[in-house]
Amino acid sequence: MSRLALALVLSAATVAFAAEGEFNVTLEGHKFTPDRIEIPAGKKVKFFVENKDATPEEFESEALKIEKVIPGHGKATIYVGPLKAGEYKFVGEYNEKTAHGVVVAK
Amino acid sequence: MFGTALIVFREVLEAALIVGIVAAATRGIAGRGRWIATGIAAGIAGSLLVAFGAQALSQLAAGMGQEVFNASILGIAVAMLAWHNIWMSAHGRELACHAQEVGGEIRNGSKALSVLLVVIAIAVLREGSETVLFLYGVALSGGAGRAAMVTGGALGLLGGVLVGWLLFAGLLRIPLKWFFSATSFLVLLLAAGMASQAARFLIQADMLPSLASPLWDTSGVISNSSMTGKALQGLLGYDARPAGMQIAFFLTALVVIWAGMGWARHRLPGNHPQTA
Repeated sequence: MSRLALALVLSAATVAFAAEGEFNVTLEGHKFTPDRIEIPAGKKVKFFVENKDATPEEFESEALKIEKVIPGHGKATIYVGPLKAGEYKFVGEYNEKTAHGVVVAK
Repeated sequence: MFGTALIVFREVLEAALIVGIVAAATRGIAGRGRWIATGIAAGIAGSLLVAFGAQALSQLAAGMGQEVFNASILGIAVAMLAWHNIWMSAHGRELACHAQEVGGEIRNGSKALSVLLVVIAIAVLREGSETVLFLYGVALSGGAGRAAMVTGGALGLLGGVLVGWLLFAGLLRIPLKWFFSATSFLVLLLAAGMASQAARFLIQADMLPSLASPLWDTSGVISNSSMTGKALQGLLGYDARPAGMQIAFFLTALVVIWAGMGWARHRLPGNHPQTA
């Protein structure tokens, strides 16, 4: 119960940190579209990732410090940045050969 | 098959290292084998639940359910490890004496074991649920590769367990005089590392500021996706590009637990007979 309460409090806290800039990313056939995402440098942005495959995938990026499971036919919200200008790779950990992309901060 | 083995190995490795340390740290306490097995079993049951409830879980907390869940269970594990270390500071000498005299075990350690059961269950649950999801995905997508998947999964699991066992066996070779200090030190690092990882999840969920991210970047030396990086991540929460907040959590956990251990050593001297 207390975990639920904690979750509620913390979810209320997220509202306070509302971020600018939103990007849609689709995963289909174990590929990301777009696989090159340009975002403004120095700003926190939001990715809405939709997994159209039946299998789960883990959006993972060492450079972006993100690790998030997206269930099959599921959606996930991911916060990215703020980043210094540069290129940051990400992969779908369960299908690394096909599922990969890069975030470009400008 | 080899790819499957490698991914499963990477996931199992962290949990196996933690189980190895806990198994060594509970040396000399009666019935620890059963407790550890129960912890592993509970962790596996939990991984299945989490894996198949992944959709529901991720929708909690405004889409940040996974992060909140991970941070919460890591927080619980930190508290349990802290409790264990403080308990050991009071009882370590007693344990060492007993182990030396009778090669025997003390009876009143079930509280310490129940706490570590939770830590083991959490460690197995965290890595296990990802392994389940991964294998489930492979099973769904490739009909022909199923046999290869099972073989790969088993190989990966076996490899991970082997490394955990080697760590355990290695720790047992430490002379008894130093043994409990050594395992306490490892548990202390484990707890601090988990605190840092909990912070990382809260930053990912945008619930904590990162305070300078990254504070440094050693990914060119040891990357987190390398085997060494994975092992260090399991042992002390190594992060090649840590946020300032993670370091703050790491140091705070380290200092608080260390102080608790010092307090317990003075207040509850373990070489006196205990009155439970």
